Amino acid sequence: MAESSRKQRRISPTRRRLRQELWNIATYIVIFVFFLPTLWIILTSMRPEVEVNARPPVLLPRALVFDSFAYLFKVGHAEKTIPFYEYFYNSLVISAASTVLALTVGTLAGYAFARFHFQGSNLVFVGMMLARAIPGIAISLPFFILFARLGLLDKITGLVVAYAAMNTPFTTWLMQGFFKDVPKELDEAAQIDGCSRWQSFIRIDLPLALPGLAASGIFAFLSAWGEFQIASVLTRTPASKTFPVGLYDFTQQFTVDWRGMCAMSVVMLVPAVIFVLLTQRQLIRGLTFGAFK
Amino acid sequence: MAYGRKDYGGFTGRNFPFFMVFPAVFIVIVLVVLPMVYSFYLSLTNLHLLHPSRVRFVGFGNYLKLLKDSVFWRSLLNTVIFTGVAINVEFLLGLFIAQLIFKTTRGQGIVRTLIMSPMMFAPVLVGFQFKWFFNDQVGLVNNLLYLLTGRYNPIPWLINYPLNLLAILVAEIWMSTPFMAIILLAGLTSLPVEPFEAAAVDGASGWQQFYYITLPMIRPFIYIAMAIRSLDLGRAYDLVRIMTGGGPANRSEMVWTYTFRLAIADNKFGLGTAMSFVTVAISLFFVAYFFRQLAKSQGSVY
Repeated sequence: MAESSRKQRRISPTRRRLRQELWNIATYIVIFVFFLPTLWIILTSMRPEVEVNARPPVLLPRALVFDSFAYLFKVGHAEKTIPFYEYFYNSLVISAASTVLALTVGTLAGYAFARFHFQGSNLVFVGMMLARAIPGIAISLPFFILFARLGLLDKITGLVVAYAAMNTPFTTWLMQGFFKDVPKELDEAAQIDGCSRWQSFIRIDLPLALPGLAASGIFAFLSAWGEFQIASVLTRTPASKTFPVGLYDFTQQFTVDWRGMCAMSVVMLVPAVIFVLLTQRQLIRGLTFGAFK
Repeated sequence: MAYGRKDYGGFTGRNFPFFMVFPAVFIVIVLVVLPMVYSFYLSLTNLHLLHPSRVRFVGFGNYLKLLKDSVFWRSLLNTVIFTGVAINVEFLLGLFIAQLIFKTTRGQGIVRTLIMSPMMFAPVLVGFQFKWFFNDQVGLVNNLLYLLTGRYNPIPWLINYPLNLLAILVAEIWMSTPFMAIILLAGLTSLPVEPFEAAAVDGASGWQQFYYITLPMIRPFIYIAMAIRSLDLGRAYDLVRIMTGGGPANRSEMVWTYTFRLAIADNKFGLGTAMSFVTVAISLFFVAYFFRQLAKSQGSVY
Protein backbone atom coordinates (compact mmCIF):
# COMPACT_ATOMS: atom_id res chain seq x y z
CA MET A 1 0.00 0.00 0.00
CA ALA A 2 1.40 3.37 -0.91
CA GLU A 3 1.13 5.42 2.26
CA SER A 4 1.45 8.53 0.19
CA SER A 5 -0.43 10.82 2.54
CA ARG A 6 2.47 10.44 4.96
CA LYS A 7 4.16 13.50 3.55
CA GLN A 8 1.24 15.83 4.00
CA ARG A 9 2.23 18.03 6.89
CA ARG A 10 -1.04 19.64 7.84
CA ILE A 11 -2.77 16.47 9.02
CA SER A 12 -1.81 15.17 12.43
CA PRO A 13 -1.02 11.44 12.85
CA THR A 14 -4.08 10.83 15.02
CA ARG A 15 -6.39 12.39 12.46
CA ARG A 16 -4.78 10.37 9.73
CA ARG A 17 -5.28 7.16 11.73
CA LEU A 18 -8.90 8.07 12.32
CA ARG A 19 -9.39 8.73 8.62
CA GLN A 20 -7.89 5.34 7.74
CA GLU A 21 -10.16 3.61 10.24
CA LEU A 22 -13.20 5.34 8.78
CA TRP A 23 -12.05 4.29 5.33
CA ASN A 24 -11.73 0.67 6.46
CA ILE A 25 -15.19 0.74 8.00
CA ALA A 26 -16.65 2.19 4.80
CA THR A 27 -15.11 -0.71 2.89
CA TYR A 28 -16.55 -3.26 5.30
CA ILE A 29 -20.02 -1.76 4.99
CA VAL A 30 -19.99 -1.74 1.18
CA ILE A 31 -18.65 -5.29 1.06
CA PHE A 32 -21.26 -6.44 3.53
CA VAL A 33 -24.06 -4.99 1.41
CA PHE A 34 -22.66 -6.84 -1.61
CA PHE A 35 -22.24 -10.04 0.36
CA LEU A 36 -25.69 -9.91 1.94
CA PRO A 37 -27.58 -11.65 -0.91
CA THR A 38 -25.07 -14.52 -0.86
CA LEU A 39 -25.29 -14.76 2.90
CA TRP A 40 -29.07 -14.72 2.72
CA ILE A 41 -29.22 -17.66 0.30
CA ILE A 42 -26.82 -19.71 2.42
CA LEU A 43 -28.60 -18.90 5.69
CA THR A 44 -32.03 -19.54 4.22
CA SER A 45 -31.07 -22.99 2.99
CA MET A 46 -30.48 -23.94 6.64
CA ARG A 47 -33.13 -22.05 8.57
CA PRO A 48 -36.40 -23.36 10.02
CA GLU A 49 -39.30 -23.19 7.57
CA VAL A 50 -41.17 -20.45 9.51
CA GLU A 51 -38.29 -18.00 9.18
CA VAL A 52 -37.89 -18.31 5.42
CA ASN A 53 -40.29 -15.57 4.37
CA ALA A 54 -40.83 -14.00 7.79
CA ARG A 55 -42.01 -10.42 7.94
CA PRO A 56 -40.05 -8.62 9.31
CA PRO A 57 -37.09 -10.69 8.09
CA VAL A 58 -34.96 -12.67 10.52
CA LEU A 59 -31.25 -12.29 9.86
CA LEU A 60 -29.66 -15.01 11.96
CA PRO A 61 -31.51 -18.34 12.10
CA ARG A 62 -32.54 -19.43 15.59
CA ALA A 63 -31.69 -23.00 14.69
CA LEU A 64 -29.89 -24.72 11.84
CA VAL A 65 -31.89 -27.40 10.07
CA PHE A 66 -30.84 -29.38 7.04
CA ASP A 67 -34.24 -30.69 5.95
CA SER A 68 -34.05 -29.10 2.54
CA PHE A 69 -30.70 -30.72 1.77
CA ALA A 70 -31.99 -34.05 3.03
CA TYR A 71 -34.98 -33.60 0.77
CA LEU A 72 -32.76 -32.93 -2.26
CA PHE A 73 -30.75 -36.04 -1.54
CA LYS A 74 -33.98 -37.91 -0.74
CA VAL A 75 -33.08 -38.92 2.80
CA GLY A 76 -36.27 -40.32 4.31
CA HIS A 77 -38.37 -39.47 1.25
CA ALA A 78 -39.58 -42.27 -0.92
CA GLU A 79 -41.36 -39.90 -3.25
CA LYS A 80 -39.14 -38.32 -5.89
CA THR A 81 -40.23 -34.89 -7.03
CA ILE A 82 -37.01 -33.32 -8.28
CA PRO A 83 -34.84 -35.36 -10.66
CA PHE A 84 -31.95 -33.81 -8.81
CA TYR A 85 -29.43 -36.57 -9.46
CA GLU A 86 -30.14 -36.59 -13.18
CA TYR A 87 -29.64 -32.84 -13.47
CA PHE A 88 -26.51 -32.98 -11.37
CA TYR A 89 -25.11 -35.86 -13.37
CA ASN A 90 -25.93 -34.25 -16.72
CA SER A 91 -24.39 -30.94 -15.71
CA LEU A 92 -21.25 -32.63 -14.43
CA VAL A 93 -20.71 -34.81 -17.51
CA ILE A 94 -21.50 -32.06 -19.99
CA SER A 95 -19.33 -29.47 -18.26
CA ALA A 96 -16.38 -31.84 -17.84
CA ALA A 97 -16.45 -33.25 -21.38
CA SER A 98 -16.85 -29.87 -23.06
CA THR A 99 -14.09 -28.40 -20.90
CA VAL A 100 -11.63 -31.12 -21.90
CA LEU A 101 -12.42 -30.49 -25.55
CA ALA A 102 -12.27 -26.70 -25.38
CA LEU A 103 -9.13 -26.73 -23.27
CA THR A 104 -7.26 -29.11 -25.57
CA VAL A 105 -7.88 -27.22 -28.77
CA GLY A 106 -7.65 -23.86 -26.99
CA THR A 107 -4.23 -24.71 -25.58
CA LEU A 108 -2.84 -25.74 -28.95
CA ALA A 109 -4.21 -22.66 -30.66
CA GLY A 110 -3.25 -20.34 -27.82
CA TYR A 111 0.33 -21.55 -28.02
CA ALA A 112 0.46 -20.92 -31.76
CA PHE A 113 -1.00 -17.42 -31.39
CA ALA A 114 1.45 -16.59 -28.60
CA ARG A 115 4.56 -17.83 -30.39
CA PHE A 116 4.06 -17.32 -34.11
CA HIS A 117 2.86 -14.55 -36.32
CA PHE A 118 1.77 -16.39 -39.40
CA GLN A 119 -0.19 -15.05 -42.29
CA GLY A 120 -3.64 -13.98 -41.19
CA SER A 121 -3.03 -14.88 -37.54
CA ASN A 122 -4.40 -11.58 -36.26
CA LEU A 123 -7.45 -11.94 -38.43
CA VAL A 124 -8.13 -15.49 -37.23
CA PHE A 125 -7.63 -14.46 -33.63
CA VAL A 126 -10.02 -11.51 -33.85
CA GLY A 127 -12.48 -13.69 -35.76
CA MET A 128 -12.50 -16.20 -32.93
CA MET A 129 -13.16 -13.50 -30.39
CA LEU A 130 -16.06 -12.23 -32.47
CA ALA A 131 -17.46 -15.76 -32.55
CA ARG A 132 -17.36 -15.70 -28.76
CA ALA A 133 -19.46 -12.53 -28.77
CA ILE A 134 -22.47 -14.17 -30.41
CA PRO A 135 -25.18 -14.39 -27.75
CA GLY A 136 -26.04 -17.94 -26.67
CA ILE A 137 -29.65 -17.51 -27.67
CA ALA A 138 -28.65 -16.60 -31.25
CA ILE A 139 -26.38 -19.63 -31.71
CA SER A 140 -28.89 -21.94 -30.06
CA LEU A 141 -31.40 -21.47 -32.89
CA PRO A 142 -29.38 -23.04 -35.75
CA PHE A 143 -28.28 -25.72 -33.28
CA PHE A 144 -31.92 -26.46 -32.60
CA ILE A 145 -32.70 -27.13 -36.25
CA LEU A 146 -29.43 -28.93 -37.05
CA PHE A 147 -29.53 -31.09 -33.94
CA ALA A 148 -33.16 -31.99 -34.62
CA ARG A 149 -32.04 -33.40 -37.98
CA LEU A 150 -28.96 -35.12 -36.56
CA GLY A 151 -30.91 -36.60 -33.65
CA LEU A 152 -28.81 -34.67 -31.13
CA LEU A 153 -31.69 -32.73 -29.64
CA ASP A 154 -32.17 -33.46 -25.95
CA LYS A 155 -28.91 -35.45 -25.93
CA ILE A 156 -25.89 -34.94 -23.71
CA THR A 157 -23.61 -35.12 -26.76
CA GLY A 158 -25.37 -32.16 -28.35
CA LEU A 159 -24.69 -29.91 -25.40
CA VAL A 160 -21.08 -31.09 -25.11
CA VAL A 161 -20.48 -30.10 -28.71
CA ALA A 162 -22.27 -26.77 -28.30
CA TYR A 163 -20.38 -25.83 -25.12
CA ALA A 164 -17.02 -26.86 -26.57
CA ALA A 165 -17.66 -24.44 -29.44
CA MET A 166 -18.79 -21.75 -27.02
CA ASN A 167 -15.68 -22.06 -24.83
CA THR A 168 -12.96 -22.62 -27.42
CA PRO A 169 -12.39 -18.93 -28.28
CA PHE A 170 -12.08 -17.97 -24.64
CA THR A 171 -9.68 -20.75 -23.65
CA THR A 172 -7.62 -19.82 -26.72
CA TRP A 173 -7.50 -16.22 -25.60
CA LEU A 174 -6.56 -17.02 -22.01
CA MET A 175 -3.96 -19.60 -22.99
CA GLN A 176 -2.20 -17.34 -25.47
CA GLY A 177 -1.85 -14.85 -22.62
CA PHE A 178 -0.31 -17.45 -20.34
CA PHE A 179 2.03 -18.75 -23.04
CA LYS A 180 3.24 -15.22 -23.76
CA ASP A 181 4.27 -15.19 -20.12
CA VAL A 182 6.69 -18.10 -20.69
CA PRO A 183 10.00 -16.71 -21.97
CA LYS A 184 10.59 -17.55 -25.61
CA GLU A 185 14.28 -18.11 -24.89
CA LEU A 186 13.45 -21.34 -23.04
CA ASP A 187 11.84 -22.65 -26.18
CA GLU A 188 14.74 -21.65 -28.32
CA ALA A 189 17.26 -23.20 -25.93
CA ALA A 190 15.31 -26.47 -25.92
CA GLN A 191 15.24 -26.53 -29.69
CA ILE A 192 18.97 -25.84 -29.97
CA ASP A 193 19.44 -28.80 -27.64
CA GLY A 194 17.60 -30.94 -30.13
CA CYS A 195 13.95 -30.82 -29.14
CA SER A 196 11.41 -30.58 -31.93
CA ARG A 197 8.87 -27.78 -31.70
CA TRP A 198 6.27 -30.21 -30.49
CA GLN A 199 8.61 -31.61 -27.84
CA SER A 200 9.56 -28.18 -26.56
CA PHE A 201 5.87 -27.31 -26.39
CA ILE A 202 5.04 -30.45 -24.40
CA ARG A 203 8.11 -30.51 -22.15
CA ILE A 204 8.89 -26.84 -21.62
CA ASP A 205 5.92 -24.57 -22.24
CA LEU A 206 3.04 -26.73 -21.13
CA PRO A 207 4.40 -27.47 -17.62
CA LEU A 208 5.23 -23.80 -17.14
CA ALA A 209 1.76 -22.73 -18.22
CA LEU A 210 0.07 -25.28 -15.95
CA PRO A 211 -1.45 -22.71 -13.55
CA GLY A 212 -2.89 -20.95 -16.57
CA LEU A 213 -4.21 -24.22 -17.88
CA ALA A 214 -5.97 -24.82 -14.57
CA ALA A 215 -7.48 -21.34 -14.56
CA SER A 216 -8.69 -21.59 -18.15
CA GLY A 217 -10.11 -25.03 -17.52
CA ILE A 218 -12.00 -23.84 -14.49
CA PHE A 219 -13.30 -20.85 -16.37
CA ALA A 220 -14.57 -23.08 -19.16
CA PHE A 221 -16.05 -25.51 -16.66
CA LEU A 222 -17.92 -22.80 -14.81
CA SER A 223 -19.29 -21.23 -17.99
CA ALA A 224 -20.66 -24.60 -19.02
CA TRP A 225 -21.84 -25.38 -15.48
CA GLY A 226 -24.00 -22.26 -15.33
CA GLU A 227 -25.01 -22.01 -19.00
CA PHE A 228 -28.73 -21.56 -19.50
CA GLN A 229 -29.55 -20.01 -22.89
CA ILE A 230 -28.41 -22.86 -25.13
CA ALA A 231 -29.56 -25.53 -22.70
CA SER A 232 -33.01 -23.97 -22.42
CA VAL A 233 -33.49 -24.40 -26.16
CA LEU A 234 -31.76 -27.74 -26.72
CA THR A 235 -32.98 -29.80 -23.75
CA ARG A 236 -36.44 -31.20 -23.20
CA THR A 237 -36.37 -34.00 -20.61
CA PRO A 238 -34.33 -35.12 -17.58
CA ALA A 239 -32.29 -37.17 -20.06
CA SER A 240 -30.26 -34.07 -20.89
CA LYS A 241 -31.62 -31.21 -18.77
CA THR A 242 -28.90 -29.47 -16.82
CA PHE A 243 -28.97 -27.98 -13.37
CA PRO A 244 -29.75 -24.41 -14.54
CA VAL A 245 -32.70 -25.60 -16.63
CA GLY A 246 -33.95 -27.67 -13.71
CA LEU A 247 -33.64 -24.65 -11.48
CA TYR A 248 -35.58 -22.55 -13.98
CA ASP A 249 -38.40 -25.10 -14.12
CA PHE A 250 -38.84 -24.89 -10.39
CA THR A 251 -38.93 -21.11 -10.25
CA GLN A 252 -41.87 -21.23 -12.66
CA GLN A 253 -44.05 -23.38 -10.41
CA PHE A 254 -47.07 -21.79 -8.80
CA THR A 255 -45.94 -22.37 -5.25
CA VAL A 256 -42.19 -22.27 -5.06
CA ASP A 257 -40.34 -24.05 -2.28
CA TRP A 258 -37.97 -21.14 -1.70
CA ARG A 259 -35.91 -22.86 0.93
CA GLY A 260 -35.50 -25.91 -1.27
CA MET A 261 -34.41 -23.62 -4.09
CA CYS A 262 -31.83 -22.04 -1.80
CA ALA A 263 -30.50 -25.47 -0.93
CA MET A 264 -30.26 -26.28 -4.63
CA SER A 265 -28.41 -22.99 -5.19
CA VAL A 266 -25.94 -23.78 -2.45
CA VAL A 267 -25.25 -27.19 -3.98
CA MET A 268 -24.70 -25.54 -7.34
CA LEU A 269 -22.40 -22.96 -5.76
CA VAL A 270 -20.06 -25.48 -4.18
CA PRO A 271 -17.86 -26.30 -7.20
CA ALA A 272 -17.71 -22.64 -8.19
CA VAL A 273 -16.62 -21.54 -4.73
CA ILE A 274 -13.89 -24.17 -4.52
CA PHE A 275 -12.57 -23.42 -7.99
CA VAL A 276 -12.65 -19.65 -7.73
CA LEU A 277 -10.90 -19.68 -4.37
CA LEU A 278 -8.21 -22.00 -5.66
CA THR A 279 -7.44 -20.14 -8.85
CA GLN A 280 -8.45 -16.49 -8.39
CA ARG A 281 -4.85 -15.35 -8.74
CA GLN A 282 -4.22 -17.08 -12.08
CA LEU A 283 -7.62 -16.08 -13.35
CA ILE A 284 -7.07 -12.39 -12.74
CA ARG A 285 -3.60 -12.57 -14.20
CA GLY A 286 -4.89 -14.37 -17.27
CA LEU A 287 -7.68 -11.90 -17.84
CA THR A 288 -5.51 -8.81 -17.44
CA PHE A 289 -2.38 -10.10 -19.07
CA GLY A 290 -2.76 -8.03 -22.21
CA ALA A 291 -2.20 -4.88 -20.14
CA PHE A 292 1.44 -5.60 -19.37
CA LYS A 293 2.91 -5.70 -22.83
CA MET B 1 10.51 -16.22 -35.84
CA ALA B 2 14.23 -16.57 -35.56
CA TYR B 3 14.43 -20.15 -34.42
CA GLY B 4 17.86 -21.70 -34.75
CA ARG B 5 16.56 -24.74 -36.54
CA LYS B 6 15.83 -25.72 -40.05
CA ASP B 7 12.20 -25.99 -41.07
CA TYR B 8 11.26 -29.40 -42.34
CA GLY B 9 7.69 -28.68 -43.34
CA GLY B 10 4.88 -30.93 -42.15
CA PHE B 11 3.79 -31.19 -38.56
CA THR B 12 7.00 -30.14 -36.83
CA GLY B 13 8.27 -27.57 -39.28
CA ARG B 14 6.93 -24.58 -41.12
CA ASN B 15 3.35 -25.70 -40.86
CA PHE B 16 3.54 -26.27 -37.13
CA PRO B 17 1.50 -23.20 -36.13
CA PHE B 18 -1.08 -24.11 -38.73
CA PHE B 19 -1.56 -27.57 -37.25
CA MET B 20 -1.77 -26.10 -33.77
CA VAL B 21 -4.46 -23.60 -34.71
CA PHE B 22 -6.39 -25.93 -36.98
CA PRO B 23 -8.55 -27.81 -34.41
CA ALA B 24 -9.75 -24.60 -32.75
CA VAL B 25 -10.49 -22.91 -36.05
CA PHE B 26 -12.18 -26.05 -37.32
CA ILE B 27 -14.48 -26.19 -34.28
CA VAL B 28 -15.35 -22.52 -34.54
CA ILE B 29 -16.05 -22.71 -38.27
CA VAL B 30 -18.09 -25.90 -38.16
CA LEU B 31 -19.96 -25.14 -34.94
CA VAL B 32 -20.31 -21.36 -35.01
CA VAL B 33 -19.71 -19.86 -38.45
CA LEU B 34 -21.57 -22.43 -40.56
CA PRO B 35 -24.57 -22.63 -38.22
CA MET B 36 -24.76 -18.83 -38.22
CA VAL B 37 -24.69 -18.77 -42.03
CA TYR B 38 -27.45 -21.38 -42.05
CA SER B 39 -29.30 -19.34 -39.47
CA PHE B 40 -29.08 -16.30 -41.71
CA TYR B 41 -30.57 -18.32 -44.54
CA LEU B 42 -33.42 -19.40 -42.23
CA SER B 43 -34.03 -15.76 -41.32
CA LEU B 44 -34.89 -15.19 -44.99
CA THR B 45 -37.60 -17.85 -44.90
CA ASN B 46 -40.97 -18.09 -43.20
CA LEU B 47 -40.11 -21.35 -41.41
CA HIS B 48 -42.75 -22.20 -38.83
CA LEU B 49 -41.92 -25.10 -36.52
CA LEU B 50 -45.44 -26.49 -36.64
CA HIS B 51 -45.61 -26.35 -40.45
CA PRO B 52 -42.04 -27.09 -41.57
CA SER B 53 -43.17 -28.26 -45.01
CA ARG B 54 -44.68 -24.88 -45.91
CA VAL B 55 -41.31 -23.16 -45.76
CA ARG B 56 -40.90 -20.45 -48.38
CA PHE B 57 -38.17 -17.94 -49.21
CA VAL B 58 -39.33 -14.46 -48.22
CA GLY B 59 -36.17 -12.38 -48.65
CA PHE B 60 -35.89 -9.65 -46.07
CA GLY B 61 -39.59 -9.88 -45.24
CA ASN B 62 -38.91 -10.97 -41.65
CA TYR B 63 -36.66 -8.00 -41.03
CA LEU B 64 -39.26 -5.62 -42.44
CA LYS B 65 -41.90 -7.29 -40.27
CA LEU B 66 -39.74 -6.63 -37.21
CA LEU B 67 -39.40 -2.96 -38.11
CA LYS B 68 -43.19 -2.66 -38.04
CA ASP B 69 -43.51 -4.58 -34.78
CA SER B 70 -44.05 -2.41 -31.70
CA VAL B 71 -42.84 -5.15 -29.34
CA PHE B 72 -39.58 -5.27 -31.28
CA TRP B 73 -39.03 -1.55 -30.73
CA ARG B 74 -39.91 -1.84 -27.09
CA SER B 75 -37.48 -4.74 -26.60
CA LEU B 76 -34.79 -2.75 -28.38
CA LEU B 77 -35.43 0.32 -26.25
CA ASN B 78 -35.39 -1.75 -23.05
CA THR B 79 -32.15 -3.41 -24.13
CA VAL B 80 -30.41 -0.13 -24.93
CA ILE B 81 -31.50 1.47 -21.65
CA PHE B 82 -30.65 -1.64 -19.67
CA THR B 83 -27.23 -2.18 -21.26
CA GLY B 84 -26.24 1.47 -21.16
CA VAL B 85 -27.18 1.94 -17.52
CA ALA B 86 -25.75 -1.43 -16.45
CA ILE B 87 -22.31 -0.97 -18.03
CA ASN B 88 -21.87 2.56 -16.73
CA VAL B 89 -23.07 1.85 -13.21
CA GLU B 90 -21.00 -1.33 -13.03
CA PHE B 91 -17.92 0.57 -14.10
CA LEU B 92 -18.36 3.47 -11.67
CA LEU B 93 -19.34 1.22 -8.79
CA GLY B 94 -16.54 -1.21 -9.64
CA LEU B 95 -13.98 1.60 -9.66
CA PHE B 96 -15.32 2.89 -6.36
CA ILE B 97 -15.11 -0.54 -4.73
CA ALA B 98 -11.66 -1.22 -6.19
CA GLN B 99 -10.35 2.04 -4.76
CA LEU B 100 -12.02 1.33 -1.41
CA ILE B 101 -10.43 -2.11 -1.15
CA PHE B 102 -7.08 -0.88 -2.44
CA LYS B 103 -6.73 1.68 0.34
CA THR B 104 -8.04 -0.61 3.05
CA THR B 105 -5.31 -1.45 5.52
CA ARG B 106 -6.87 -4.24 7.54
CA GLY B 107 -8.55 -7.44 6.37
CA GLN B 108 -7.93 -6.82 2.68
CA GLY B 109 -7.64 -10.52 1.92
CA ILE B 110 -11.03 -11.46 3.33
CA VAL B 111 -12.64 -8.39 1.76
CA ARG B 112 -11.26 -9.38 -1.65
CA THR B 113 -12.68 -12.88 -1.28
CA LEU B 114 -16.09 -11.72 -0.10
CA ILE B 115 -16.53 -9.26 -2.97
CA MET B 116 -15.98 -12.14 -5.38
CA SER B 117 -18.97 -14.08 -4.08
CA PRO B 118 -21.40 -12.87 -6.78
CA MET B 119 -18.98 -14.12 -9.44
CA MET B 120 -19.55 -17.65 -8.21
CA PHE B 121 -23.27 -17.48 -8.92
CA ALA B 122 -24.43 -18.64 -12.32
CA PRO B 123 -26.74 -16.04 -13.93
CA VAL B 124 -29.71 -18.38 -13.46
CA LEU B 125 -29.03 -18.45 -9.74
CA VAL B 126 -28.84 -14.68 -9.63
CA GLY B 127 -32.13 -14.51 -11.51
CA PHE B 128 -33.84 -16.90 -9.14
CA GLN B 129 -32.43 -15.18 -6.10
CA PHE B 130 -33.58 -11.70 -7.11
CA LYS B 131 -36.91 -13.01 -8.31
CA TRP B 132 -37.39 -14.13 -4.75
CA PHE B 133 -36.04 -10.93 -3.16
CA PHE B 134 -38.34 -8.81 -5.31
CA ASN B 135 -41.38 -11.08 -4.96
CA ASP B 136 -44.35 -8.91 -3.99
CA GLN B 137 -45.83 -11.43 -1.50
CA VAL B 138 -42.88 -12.99 0.27
CA GLY B 139 -39.86 -11.07 -0.99
CA LEU B 140 -37.09 -9.76 1.19
CA VAL B 141 -37.23 -6.26 -0.29
CA ASN B 142 -40.86 -5.70 0.65
CA ASN B 143 -40.28 -7.30 4.05
CA LEU B 144 -37.36 -4.96 4.66
CA LEU B 145 -39.49 -1.99 3.62
CA TYR B 146 -42.03 -3.14 6.20
CA LEU B 147 -39.29 -3.29 8.81
CA LEU B 148 -38.19 0.24 7.96
CA THR B 149 -41.56 1.95 7.54
CA GLY B 150 -43.74 -0.12 9.89
CA ARG B 151 -46.49 -0.26 7.26
CA TYR B 152 -47.12 -3.10 4.88
CA ASN B 153 -48.06 -2.07 1.38
CA PRO B 154 -46.33 -4.55 -0.92
CA ILE B 155 -44.80 -3.06 -4.06
CA PRO B 156 -45.28 -5.27 -7.14
CA TRP B 157 -41.64 -4.95 -8.22
CA LEU B 158 -41.68 -7.52 -10.99
CA ILE B 159 -45.08 -6.58 -12.39
CA ASN B 160 -45.09 -2.77 -12.82
CA TYR B 161 -43.16 -1.59 -15.83
CA PRO B 162 -40.24 0.61 -14.95
CA LEU B 163 -39.92 -1.20 -11.61
CA ASN B 164 -39.33 -4.61 -13.17
CA LEU B 165 -36.58 -3.18 -15.37
CA LEU B 166 -35.08 -1.65 -12.24
CA ALA B 167 -35.24 -4.99 -10.39
CA ILE B 168 -33.49 -6.75 -13.28
CA LEU B 169 -30.89 -3.97 -13.34
CA VAL B 170 -30.19 -4.42 -9.64
CA ALA B 171 -29.64 -8.15 -10.22
CA GLU B 172 -27.37 -7.47 -13.19
CA ILE B 173 -25.33 -4.85 -11.35
CA TRP B 174 -24.94 -7.10 -8.33
CA MET B 175 -23.80 -9.93 -10.58
CA SER B 176 -21.27 -8.04 -12.73
CA THR B 177 -19.83 -5.24 -10.59
CA PRO B 178 -17.46 -7.50 -8.61
CA PHE B 179 -15.82 -8.62 -11.83
CA MET B 180 -15.15 -4.98 -12.78
CA ALA B 181 -13.90 -4.27 -9.26
CA ILE B 182 -11.50 -7.22 -9.28
CA ILE B 183 -9.99 -6.35 -12.67
CA LEU B 184 -9.63 -2.68 -11.71
CA LEU B 185 -8.14 -3.67 -8.37
CA ALA B 186 -5.55 -5.74 -10.24
CA GLY B 187 -4.84 -2.58 -12.22
CA LEU B 188 -4.47 -0.43 -9.11
CA THR B 189 -2.13 -2.97 -7.52
CA SER B 190 0.10 -2.99 -10.59
CA LEU B 191 0.66 0.78 -10.59
CA PRO B 192 4.11 2.08 -9.60
CA VAL B 193 4.20 4.09 -6.35
CA GLU B 194 6.67 6.79 -7.45
CA PRO B 195 4.19 9.09 -9.26
CA PHE B 196 1.97 9.09 -6.17
CA GLU B 197 4.85 9.91 -3.84
CA ALA B 198 5.97 12.72 -6.11
CA ALA B 199 2.43 14.08 -6.27
CA ALA B 200 2.11 13.92 -2.48
CA VAL B 201 5.34 15.88 -2.09
CA ASP B 202 3.93 18.48 -4.44
CA GLY B 203 0.84 18.69 -2.24
CA ALA B 204 -1.70 17.02 -4.53
CA SER B 205 -4.89 16.02 -2.73
CA GLY B 206 -6.22 12.49 -2.77
CA TRP B 207 -8.82 13.45 -5.37
CA GLN B 208 -6.23 15.09 -7.59
CA GLN B 209 -3.99 12.05 -7.39
CA PHE B 210 -6.92 9.82 -8.29
CA TYR B 211 -8.05 11.94 -11.20
CA TYR B 212 -4.69 12.88 -12.72
CA ILE B 213 -2.61 9.77 -11.98
CA THR B 214 -4.72 6.74 -11.12
CA LEU B 215 -7.39 7.15 -13.76
CA PRO B 216 -5.10 7.62 -16.80
CA MET B 217 -2.78 4.84 -15.66
CA ILE B 218 -5.41 2.15 -15.19
CA ARG B 219 -7.11 2.95 -18.49
CA PRO B 220 -6.03 -0.35 -20.12
CA PHE B 221 -7.62 -2.25 -17.26
CA ILE B 222 -10.84 -0.29 -17.66
CA TYR B 223 -11.05 -1.35 -21.29
CA ILE B 224 -10.13 -4.95 -20.51
CA ALA B 225 -12.94 -5.11 -17.99
CA MET B 226 -15.37 -3.44 -20.42
CA ALA B 227 -14.29 -5.65 -23.32
CA ILE B 228 -14.77 -8.88 -21.39
CA ARG B 229 -18.04 -7.59 -20.00
CA SER B 230 -19.25 -6.76 -23.51
CA LEU B 231 -18.73 -10.40 -24.54
CA ASP B 232 -21.38 -11.39 -22.05
CA LEU B 233 -24.15 -8.88 -22.73
CA GLY B 234 -26.47 -11.74 -23.67
CA ARG B 235 -26.29 -13.10 -20.14
CA ALA B 236 -29.09 -10.69 -19.30
CA TYR B 237 -31.36 -13.20 -21.04
CA ASP B 238 -31.04 -15.54 -18.07
CA LEU B 239 -32.07 -12.83 -15.62
CA VAL B 240 -35.01 -11.54 -17.63
CA ARG B 241 -36.29 -14.98 -18.51
CA ILE B 242 -36.36 -16.07 -14.88
CA MET B 243 -37.40 -12.84 -13.19
CA THR B 244 -40.21 -11.66 -15.46
CA GLY B 245 -40.16 -13.86 -18.56
CA GLY B 246 -40.26 -10.60 -20.53
CA GLY B 247 -43.72 -9.86 -19.23
CA PRO B 248 -46.20 -8.83 -18.20
CA ALA B 249 -47.46 -8.20 -21.74
CA ASN B 250 -43.92 -7.88 -23.18
CA ARG B 251 -43.20 -4.83 -21.07
CA SER B 252 -39.84 -6.02 -19.74
CA GLU B 253 -38.98 -7.79 -22.99
CA MET B 254 -35.41 -7.49 -24.25
CA VAL B 255 -33.99 -8.50 -27.60
CA TRP B 256 -32.72 -11.82 -26.21
CA THR B 257 -35.99 -12.91 -24.63
CA TYR B 258 -37.96 -11.71 -27.63
CA THR B 259 -35.78 -13.92 -29.85
CA PHE B 260 -36.68 -16.92 -27.70
CA ARG B 261 -40.36 -15.98 -27.64
CA LEU B 262 -40.62 -15.66 -31.41
CA ALA B 263 -38.50 -18.65 -32.43
CA ILE B 264 -39.26 -21.25 -29.76
CA ALA B 265 -42.36 -20.26 -27.77
CA ASP B 266 -44.34 -18.98 -30.78
CA ASN B 267 -42.69 -21.43 -33.25
CA LYS B 268 -42.08 -18.61 -35.77
CA PHE B 269 -38.57 -19.80 -36.42
CA GLY B 270 -37.79 -17.68 -39.47
CA LEU B 271 -38.85 -14.49 -37.72
CA GLY B 272 -37.00 -15.57 -34.57
CA THR B 273 -33.72 -16.10 -36.40
CA ALA B 274 -34.10 -12.64 -37.96
CA MET B 275 -34.53 -11.31 -34.43
CA SER B 276 -31.45 -13.23 -33.30
CA PHE B 277 -29.34 -11.26 -35.75
CA VAL B 278 -30.43 -8.09 -34.02
CA THR B 279 -28.92 -9.49 -30.81
CA VAL B 280 -25.75 -10.40 -32.71
CA ALA B 281 -25.51 -6.89 -34.14
CA ILE B 282 -25.86 -5.31 -30.71
CA SER B 283 -23.20 -7.58 -29.21
CA LEU B 284 -20.76 -7.07 -32.07
CA PHE B 285 -21.21 -3.31 -31.84
CA PHE B 286 -20.24 -3.22 -28.17
CA VAL B 287 -17.44 -5.77 -28.56
CA ALA B 288 -15.92 -3.95 -31.53
CA TYR B 289 -16.10 -0.65 -29.70
CA PHE B 290 -14.45 -1.80 -26.47
CA PHE B 291 -11.84 -4.00 -28.12
CA ARG B 292 -10.81 -1.10 -30.34
CA GLN B 293 -10.48 1.13 -27.29
CA LEU B 294 -8.45 -1.61 -25.63
CA ALA B 295 -6.18 -1.94 -28.64
CA LYS B 296 -5.74 1.82 -28.80
CA SER B 297 -4.87 2.04 -25.12
CA GLN B 298 -2.21 -0.61 -25.66
CA GLY B 299 -0.93 1.06 -28.80
CA SER B 300 -1.37 -2.00 -31.02
CA VAL B 301 -3.98 -4.33 -32.42
CA TYR B 302 -2.83 -7.57 -30.79
